[in-house]
Amino acid sequence: MEQKMVNLKINNIPVTVPEGTCVLEAARNAGIKIPSLCYLKGINEIGACRICVVEVKGAKSLVASCVYPVSEGMEVFTNTEKVRKSRQLTLELILSNHRMDCLTCARNAHCELRELAAELGIDAVRYANDELLPRIEDSADHLIRDNSKCVLCRRCTAVCRKTQEVGVIGPNDRGFATHIGCAFDRDLNEVDCVSCGQCIVACPTGALSEKDDTGRVWAALNDPAKHVVVGAAPAVRVTLGECFDMPFGTNVEGKMNAALRRLGFDKVFDVENAADFTIMEEGTEFLNRLQNGGTLPLITSCSPGWIRYCEQHYPDMLSHLSSCKSPQQMFGSLVKSYYAETAGIDPKDIVVVTVMPCTAKKYEAKREEQRLANGCMPVDISITTRELARMIQHAGILFDHLPDEEVDPMLGLATGAAVIFGTTGGVMEAALRTVVEKVTNGAMKPLEFKEVRGLTGIKEASYDLPGKTVHVAVASGLASAKKVLDGIKDGTMKYDFVEIMACPGGCINGGGQPLHSSEVLSFTDVRGLRAAALYKQDENMPIRRSHENPVVKKVYAEYLGEPGGHKAHELLHCTYIAHPKYHFKKN
Amino acid sequence: MPNCKTVVPYAGTKEQEDRLRKVITQHKGQPGATMPVLQAAQEIFGYLPEEVQIMIAEGLDIPLTEVYGVASFYAQFTLNPKGKYRISVCLGTACYVKGASDVLAAVERHLKVAPGSITPDGKFSLDACRCIGACGLAPVMMINNDVYGRLTPDKVADILDKYE
Repeated sequence: MEQKMVNLKINNIPVTVPEGTCVLEAARNAGIKIPSLCYLKGINEIGACRICVVEVKGAKSLVASCVYPVSEGMEVFTNTEKVRKSRQLTLELILSNHRMDCLTCARNAHCELRELAAELGIDAVRYANDELLPRIEDSADHLIRDNSKCVLCRRCTAVCRKTQEVGVIGPNDRGFATHIGCAFDRDLNEVDCVSCGQCIVACPTGALSEKDDTGRVWAALNDPAKHVVVGAAPAVRVTLGECFDMPFGTNVEGKMNAALRRLGFDKVFDVENAADFTIMEEGTEFLNRLQNGGTLPLITSCSPGWIRYCEQHYPDMLSHLSSCKSPQQMFGSLVKSYYAETAGIDPKDIVVVTVMPCTAKKYEAKREEQRLANGCMPVDISITTRELARMIQHAGILFDHLPDEEVDPMLGLATGAAVIFGTTGGVMEAALRTVVEKVTNGAMKPLEFKEVRGLTGIKEASYDLPGKTVHVAVASGLASAKKVLDGIKDGTMKYDFVEIMACPGGCINGGGQPLHSSEVLSFTDVRGLRAAALYKQDENMPIRRSHENPVVKKVYAEYLGEPGGHKAHELLHCTYIAHPKYHFKKN
Repeated sequence: MPNCKTVVPYAGTKEQEDRLRKVITQHKGQPGATMPVLQAAQEIFGYLPEEVQIMIAEGLDIPLTEVYGVASFYAQFTLNPKGKYRISVCLGTACYVKGASDVLAAVERHLKVAPGSITPDGKFSLDACRCIGACGLAPVMMINNDVYGRLTPDKVADILDKYE
């Protein structure tokens, strides 16, 4: 059915847009930017902050353009004196209750609120409250909330409730006392937060930020007794460049390796390499379950946010989870066993640092069931893409001047299959590349499984293999995951293999990724551009199947034995257990 | 620091819980179910302790924050039962300009209780209210049905000590 088009004028410029479009979006089509604060397209469209007000001919008062639909013949004015004054006053009032320690704020140069103040020409806050004190909540491993900087836009709560359907934060109390918090103002570590960090990415101010672990990394690098090893996740190389003003979708793998070396890491390995091991283990596990009547569907376990969600919300489905550790944890496990033994270094002297697109990885690194038999935790410090960018900046490294360098191959060499782990559908495709070849004894060796690509929340596909049609599904974002899980539970959805990532779009859109304004998040295909960069890298890789990775072959032959075998199990697998949703501390 | 908004421990009976479950079943899946269920729950239990709000969230399959958000938004909902003696300190305009906030602070200090809460022995509950229509006596507070006017912070202790 053809969509009905609507003609209107914005600042006397004729615009034609589909019916149902909001004025703010229509204005963009006419090349006019309407400033906004609480608006996040598709996620938070509530017209609450009143920054995006415009004049509409015939309307009694100014209207919020982010929720005001266009109509035929409408005349809109976005830049009148009345509009400008109103926006300024609104922002001044918002700032009157915002603790302005901009120079030392975690958000500093990337603050949307600060940009908005510049955009609206705020040169003074007449009602500034200089006595606001920090209101810090830092109980969780991954996040710090400072409500003295919160502007109550509700973008974080919308992402938490709608995109993730977890809903652990919301507006509490009323009027001037309104603040964002957990139920009963409990701490975040007392409730069922999955640590995905999507709230941080949605926040326009310094009210939400990741717990900064760069100090611990610097301390390790400065300690001559420590052998500091680093590895970055696939999704980091296609987003790190954004922190240095490079276009979306720039792959900076070579420069990132150079930067890591210049920061002083003793070995620059790659978590991508561990992703290839994940495929070996998870693929073997899937084949075992498929051929020996194990619990199906098998569900992937790479995403710690998803794992925590499953443990808290679907404890009865834990038997579906792959027992594989995530690539981050496999990486640390291999460094502190295989690498330590091969290089002759006491694993207790090794500090493993990972660079992740993810805040939940900070929490995952501390999970006790990950501990190795030698007493070591596989990963010592997990930092986000943003934290690495800050370290590079603090070290005075001019990122765009860096040469391209290779990883240290020993646990660095990776395949195209590992590269695409960074986007939704990637783990599934990587697994299928290996599984289909194994099942057909090499008769079928397809490389591309385009059905599981793309940013749709839920993707399904079926593949005819000898004697069996394999049904797979890929879900990203916990709201989508919930639909798939409920479908599996009530029997309406039947799959053999399911990939779930906590963040919508997968790791490329993780909670540890570079921050952007609502303007960019709403109107640029950030996820698509980042994902495309990964698929492009995959296409250009000489080896694109995990089981063909020479490092993988060597480590299994010389150290681990068979995939899924005893030693592999001891190092690369773990057990996930049910957790209650709430762990309220007693008075 | 543990943060517990409900001071009085939950002591719901099975009969009360069954009544709540019935109400939840009646409203489940309907838009705007939270308000009527919270109202019924408060009628059943007298207040809305954490345990009751969790039952509602699980029962209606909505986030606990949504339940608490509504419960903490409306003045009609209380997270603590009312005490044997219900203190309301008026913070209406007339009382406020006559120093009601100092009176309220004096009550808080004397009883070690915050507005909206209750002393752990269940004796005194404290609330701030808006205008009880006795502006001529400002600042005013009520304890159950007794009205005390022209208050100053130093009068508070003697008044409260009268209540056993």
